[in-house]
Amino acid sequence: MSELAIDREIDRSKMQVSDEVAIEITNMNKWYGAFHVLRDINLTVNQGERIVIAGPSGSGKSTLIRCLNALEEHQQGKIVVDGTELSNDLKNIDKIRSEVGMVFQHFNLFPHLTILENCTLAPIWVRKTPRKEAEETAMHFLEKVKIPEQALKYPGQLSGGQQQRVAIARSLCMRPRIMLFDEPTSALDPEMIKEVLDTMIELAEEGMTMLCVTHEMGFARQVANRVIFMDAGQIVEQNEPEEFFNNPQSERTKLFLSQILGH
Amino acid sequence: MSDIGFVRTEMLPEREPPASTTGALGWARANLFSNWFNSILTLASLYAIYAILSAILPWVFSPTWNGTSLNNCREILTAAGSVGDHGTSGACWGVIRERWIQLLFGFYPSELYWRPILAFVLLAVALAPVLFADKVPSKMLIFSGLYPFIFPWLLWGGTIWGPVAALGGFVIGWVVYSAASKTMSSLMGILLGAAAALVWWFVLSGYFVGALDSILPIGIEAVESRKFGGFMLSITIGVVAIACSLPLGIVLALGRQSDLMIVKYICVGFIEFIRGVPLITLLFVASTLLNIFMPPGTNFDIILRVLIMVTLFAAAYMAEVIRGGLAALPKGQYEGADSLGLNYWQAQRLIIMPQALKISIPGIVSTFIGVFKDTTLVSIIGLLDPLGLSNAIRADANWNGVVWELYGFIALLFFVFCFGMSRYSMYLERKLHTGHR
Repeated sequence: MSELAIDREIDRSKMQVSDEVAIEITNMNKWYGAFHVLRDINLTVNQGERIVIAGPSGSGKSTLIRCLNALEEHQQGKIVVDGTELSNDLKNIDKIRSEVGMVFQHFNLFPHLTILENCTLAPIWVRKTPRKEAEETAMHFLEKVKIPEQALKYPGQLSGGQQQRVAIARSLCMRPRIMLFDEPTSALDPEMIKEVLDTMIELAEEGMTMLCVTHEMGFARQVANRVIFMDAGQIVEQNEPEEFFNNPQSERTKLFLSQILGH
Repeated sequence: MSDIGFVRTEMLPEREPPASTTGALGWARANLFSNWFNSILTLASLYAIYAILSAILPWVFSPTWNGTSLNNCREILTAAGSVGDHGTSGACWGVIRERWIQLLFGFYPSELYWRPILAFVLLAVALAPVLFADKVPSKMLIFSGLYPFIFPWLLWGGTIWGPVAALGGFVIGWVVYSAASKTMSSLMGILLGAAAALVWWFVLSGYFVGALDSILPIGIEAVESRKFGGFMLSITIGVVAIACSLPLGIVLALGRQSDLMIVKYICVGFIEFIRGVPLITLLFVASTLLNIFMPPGTNFDIILRVLIMVTLFAAAYMAEVIRGGLAALPKGQYEGADSLGLNYWQAQRLIIMPQALKISIPGIVSTFIGVFKDTTLVSIIGLLDPLGLSNAIRADANWNGVVWELYGFIALLFFVFCFGMSRYSMYLERKLHTGHR
């Protein structure tokens, strides 16, 4: 995976990390059957942070962020998202999910609904927003991701990059306080990665709290305020991007970086 | 620049395809005569079609429409000179002319034929907003909702208060549900609402109907179930079983995938039991065994019993077809719905079911068609569906020996309906196609 050049100036005026805690994970463990997939994870994310989680495949990074909105269940430890603890109470889970946006590798748009309907569905049914207002919000965010003209098409008629931008707009329509990105550019053609990254950068510029699992090291270097390296279900190293890339401490991180950036 | 260097300076314009590949000639060349072997096959097929049609068509177009008995038909055919070496070589359509009304309505009182006819015309009206949602105003759905109460009343007749009481049960259940789900949980609302409706239907509604009927006797002449028959009976059983088995099948399919152990195993047990038993067995249970378990004196209508059995049978198959559709959905659809905060029922109704049902359309319609044709099995327990009637007709000395004409006519009736369903399903698939996933 090479480093994609980000050819624009990044406006950092609003990229500020506040003292307010957005996510707190304490001693979290997760098993798939007998396989210990996440081991003693401790992580505190403040409001406004932009965190990139990197690591080899199978290291548990996707599982980690999927635990944050209870798409995966953790067996031990405590996860508090935006002041609400993740437990088995369905009401809590639905509340957290409506506050936390998620963008998937394979977009997961609803193919039987138009782009606009994809974006208004959750506001209408979960937030009970009136249809008209929901549609206005949806158009606002579709304009933001630069595809308002596709609003009445179906997801199957759009390119991968466009679909991923719709998926981002769909999450934003719920006005989330935190956005999770699970390898958002991994299923895209190289030509389309940039348009999705641009959208993500814009989001970061507005001060959104973001957790991104990605292999886009250019994005990590320029946008993230913290890079977390995971291996074998553990957080091996975390640091500011400058330090992380230029002066990695652990052997495992050095090996990973040499492989991912070496060619 | 080296030899392999090449730069295109202008893009090529689009050109027409060669004439030999378009039009009727191009089609015939591509599909019928693409090489010598295919040409031979084409000619042989044409000859086979000719041979079959030349044998069948004279039989079909035989001048026996006014025949009064099988012997009379033979006389007409002999007079017309179309008798071959082995008996008559033409159909005896007199039997259809004389008995077609009976094949359609059974022994339903002839002065009341307008009622089933009206019922089926209204059926078309009630189905229109369901089948062609984009072409018919959605306000007509109100009539579709009321139709299940009108339909049995038109066919069986009796006091108007019966269907009103049945409808009242739903209203009472709904009122109790909304009141209870506001003050207590929604689960309690569902339980209390269902309980209230059941109490109404099985305990109170009898008094209600009796009282109102004595005060205000509005009604139409009642017709007993044993007078039902013919194609009318097939459609009645088919339509009710189809309409009830789809929602029941959805519930069973969801139940089978549920995380709740008891719900899951009840659904699995039901589906596997019903699928493991022949429909005829269930129909025999409905016609004979069920009475043994009923308290003496209860009169549980035979057609109602058959309807319940056929519906349960169809629902079990439907559940498996829909489960196939659910299994074909990518896991990402569930995750997409979950990540937006939709709850289970919202996700099922808005995201999962619309797609799963769309995927299952061919299987669902196959099951519908199968159910509709299986309604002919009721002839075995003595109901006079078209096949049962054909036996009765052949017992008539005049028509003893007429087989092909009767069965052909019945087959044609069934074919029209089944083919209609099949074409509709293809139309629906095209309409719901929104590009690849």
